[in-house]
Formats: sequence, C-alpha cells, structure tokens
Amino acid sequence: MRPFEYVSPTTKAQAVSLLGASWGGTEILAGGTDLLALMKDDIVSPKRLVNIKNIRDLRGISSSPQGLRMGALTTLADLADDAGIKKNYPALAEAAIEAASPQIRNMATLAGNLCQRPRCWYFRNGFGLLPKDETGNELVADGDNRYHAILGNEGPAKFVSPSTIVPVLIAYEAKIRLEGPKGKRELPLEKFFVIPKSENEREHDLGPNEIVTEVVVPPVPNAKIAHYEIRQKDVFDWPLAVAAVALKMQGSNVESARIVMGYVAPVPWMSPEAEQALTAQPLDQETAQKAAEAAVKDAKPLSHNEYKVQLARVAVKRAILKAASGGAA
Amino acid sequence: MQKNVTIDINGQPHRQAVEPRLLLVHFLREVAGLTGTHIGCETSLCGACTVLLDGRAVKSCTVLAVQADGRSVTTVEGLAQGDKLHALQEGFWEEHGLQCGFCTPGMLMCSHDLLANHPTPTSADIREAINGNVCRCTGYQNIVNAVKNASRKMAKRVSARAGAR
Ligand SMILES: Cc1cc2nc3c(=O)[nH]c(=O)nc-3n(C[C@H](O)[C@H](O)[C@H](O)COP(=O)(O)OP(=O)(O)OC[C@H]3O[C@@H](n4cnc5c(N)ncnc54)[C@H](O)[C@@H]3O)c2cc1C
Ligand code: SF4
Ligand code: FES
Ligand code: FES
Repeated sequence: MRPFEYVSPTTKAQAVSLLGASWGGTEILAGGTDLLALMKDDIVSPKRLVNIKNIRDLRGISSSPQGLRMGALTTLADLADDAGIKKNYPALAEAAIEAASPQIRNMATLAGNLCQRPRCWYFRNGFGLLPKDETGNELVADGDNRYHAILGNEGPAKFVSPSTIVPVLIAYEAKIRLEGPKGKRELPLEKFFVIPKSENEREHDLGPNEIVTEVVVPPVPNAKIAHYEIRQKDVFDWPLAVAAVALKMQGSNVESARIVMGYVAPVPWMSPEAEQALTAQPLDQETAQKAAEAAVKDAKPLSHNEYKVQLARVAVKRAILKAASGGAA
Repeated sequence: MQKNVTIDINGQPHRQAVEPRLLLVHFLREVAGLTGTHIGCETSLCGACTVLLDGRAVKSCTVLAVQADGRSVTTVEGLAQGDKLHALQEGFWEEHGLQCGFCTPGMLMCSHDLLANHPTPTSADIREAINGNVCRCTGYQNIVNAVKNASRKMAKRVSARAGAR
C-alpha cells in the first residue's frame, strides 16, 4: 500500500472540502472492506484518504409512515438486524444477511456497498476498468469472461455491477441522496449507476467530491417483493446472478412490476420487457417463465458465459415465484 | 505523516504514532506484541485475523490501525482470565475444535460475537457465524461442537449466577 494522508472530518461540509475536484488524488473511506483491498493491490492509490466514519449526520436508521431512511454509514449488519427493516422490508434484510461474511457485514457500510468497485478480475489485477491491450483489443471479450456481463455489454464495459443489495433496493424504489460542493441532490437509485465509456469515467453518477449521505425507501403497502441469488458456493462467494422483483397486485393479477437483475450487466439491469410480460397477468409457473424469458431475450453472452443466460432466467423466475408465495422467508 | 492513535487492547490503552497505512493486525502483532491474532491471507478471505472491534468481529487485516483510534479491541489474549480459560476456549479443548490451531484465534473471536448476540445458537447459526473463516484441518464439525459446548456452559453459569442471587 502506498503512503497517504489520513483525515477524519466530523461534518459533511468539511468532508466535501477535503475531497479533490478530480478522481485520483483523494478517496472516501467508510468501512474500508473494498477500498483497502484495492489500495493493497495498488489499483487505487489516493494521496489522501477522507475517513467519513466520524460524521454523525451520516449515521442511523429511522422508519416512519413516510418510509425508511438509512444513513450512509449504516452497516450491512445493521440492515440485517434492524427490527423495522425485518418487519417492513424483509427482502432487504435477507439480501443483507446473505452478503459476504459476519466480520465483513460488521464493517461494510451501505454507501460503500453502493459505491464498491467491480469484482472484474482484469480490473482487480491492474488492467483497468475497460481493459485493453497495447493494440487496443478488448481483453475481456477475447479473454476469460466467464463471470462477465451478458446484457448491456455492447460498449467497452464488460464487468458486472457487484452489489447484491442494490437490486432489491431498486425493487423497493429506493432513492439515493448526495451532497457535494454544489449542494444536495436526490436520484432514483437505478439512475446512480452508469456504464462508463472511457477509463476516465466511473460506474457511478458520483462526483469526485460528492458524498452519498443517505438512502430513502418509500413505504410499500401492497407489493409482493422478493430477492433471489444464485451462487456457486452457498455462502461467502460472489453470486453468478441475482434477481429482485416487486409486484403490485390488483386482485389476483399483477398491476405493475419492477424486475431488476444483478451480476448480469455493468449496471443493475431493470427489465421493462419482463415487467411488461407480467402486467395484467396472474402469477403462476407459466407467467413467471414467460417473464423470465423476456428478461434475457436480448442477452448477448460473451465467449465463455452463455451459462449465465440460463442462470439469470432461472433467478428471475424463482424471484417471481418466491414473491408470489409470500416473499422473503 | 505519522498519526497518533490510542487503541484500547484487552483493557490496556496503547498509544503510538503510526503510519496511516499500518494495518490493525500489524499494530496488534508488531506494535503491541500480541501475536495470538494470525495472518493467513491478508485479503479478507480466511478470517484468521478476526478480532473484536467495539465488541463486533472484524477482519483486522482489512482495518487500518488509524480506523481503530479511540476504540477498543479484544484479541484472543483477552479471552482467558489469568489461568482460567474462557468457556469458548474450554469448548475447543474438550471437543477437539482445533488441530494445527492456526484458524483458532479467529474462530474463537467470531464465535464470541455470535454467543454475545445469540447465546443458544443452532448448528446452522454457528456455521453461518464462521462462514468467513477457513479451517483446513478439522472439517468444521468439531468447531461447531465446541461452540455448542461453550454455549451450554455459559447458559449454565448464567443460571447458576441467577440462582445464587
Ligand atoms: C470477501 C467479500 C465478500 C463480499 N460479498 C459481497 C456480497 O455477497 N454482496 C455484496 O453486495 N457485497 C459483497 N462484498 C462487498 C462489500 O459489501 C463491500 O466491500 C462493502 O459494502 C463496502 O463498504 P465499505 O463501507 O467497507 O466501503 P469502503 O471500502 O470504505 O468504500 C468502498 C468504495 O465506496 C466509496 N464510498 C464509501 N462510502 C461512500 C460515501 N458515503 N459516498 C461516496 N463514496 C463512498 C469509497 O470511496 C470506495 O470507493 C464482499 C466483500 C468481500 C471482501
Ligand atoms: S481438501 Fe484435502 S488437501 Fe485440502 S485440506 Fe482437506 S484433506 Fe487437505
Ligand atoms: S488474514 Fe485477515 S482474513 Fe485472512
Ligand atoms: S485447526 Fe488447523 S486451520 Fe483450523
């Protein structure tokens, strides 16, 4: 790890002023479970690390009839243990408890989870986010891409969006709040993730001197919500495919659906095709299967990951059936 | 560029100027001289370096010493009271929860976090609690038995204390 300056501001404004206006010189440190790994391998080498753990305003979970507010520093362990979340947003608690290991959940923060960098092994081994060789050939397309994207992979970005919490948060219609030198802004969570087109861009709509301050989730009265992950190992492994669904019902038919896949594209992938396929339909094996087909209809697997198309299809189908039968266990 | 930190380790304050890039596990082993905390992978995968930070299990190879400034750390050395082993240590002893012993400090600290929050865990709870810890010797079953053994002992002691009152 390269040497760096370590600063611990106690207010959001101080933190913003300590961050650089361009990427490279400074990084925000929350739990450090992702950033320290990147720094150990010299993938990221900031000159200054801005520790945000001492900023009180970024802490805390509160539930009210208006919904749920989670401060940026909420840990994954807090998400898994919070009584209000377990009761009202059980699929979120379930996604949190399935992530990583207990020790990591005790350190890992919600904002860090949303801002964690891709697990792509080219990126993690120093070849860049959009890896190319000296002659400009894309390394992932020609290389070992078994864990890479099957959707949204037309451009140079072939990595997959790494969070297993994000798809379910998007299904719950979460919004993310940010604060920077120009003030505050709020985005639907799905808009926070972008597909970079050049090495100077990142995979988030986040300025180098902006901070994620909190995530808010509206109340969800009559929706059936579920989250389903497919992992090679049962525990402590990154998934191969994730699906989260939220189904608003009108009688026994689906009035509207939100269907989000993780680990299939450089961003969390919403599928309007699958949502359309379920709308005004009853929930059964057949309609779930049709929606799942629609979700992967446009998949373009790379040379070594065609198997992921089937896994994504199955994840969507099982998430729908799980939601139909009552959602999170 | 050094930073002064004060870290409470097993009840003793340790004050030291450190480089910000120093990992907590290196602070524990090299600055505080407490080598019970092991380093297996240094990449968050094996769990051998697990300690309690303000009571919660964390991987000390992926925490900076400066992140622990002003906080309290419990290492495996903090479990026994003088010659009296902690119930978890007795459990590992009695149920053969270790062979080479390399993973044991991490297993103990993770189980400690588990029992503090779930005093009577099922086998599944125990396996979940140690899923970030690798053991190449035991096959895990005896570790699960050891944690159960400790949980039974601790429950007995709690009820004995309650009875004495
Ligand atoms: C072994 C292992 C297994 C894992 N398994 C899973 C899994 O199954 N599912 C899953 O979802 N994740 C998984 N993770 C990832 C883990 O959830 C993230 O590392 C963690 O959530 C990051 O949070 P942190 O607080 O430690 O972030 P840090 O490491 O401190 O930061 C991560 C990134 O986010 C930025 N950042 C942090 N906070 C903010 C903020 N408030 N505003 C702006 N930027 C910010 C940092 O600058 C950095 O770039 C795993 C990680 C490991 C090591
Ligand atoms: S899997 Fe085989 S080689 Fe590996 S630790 Fe177990 S017995 Fe030894
Ligand atoms: S040494 Fe920390 S997890 Fe392996
Ligand atoms: S006892 Fe040898 S690694 Fe677990």
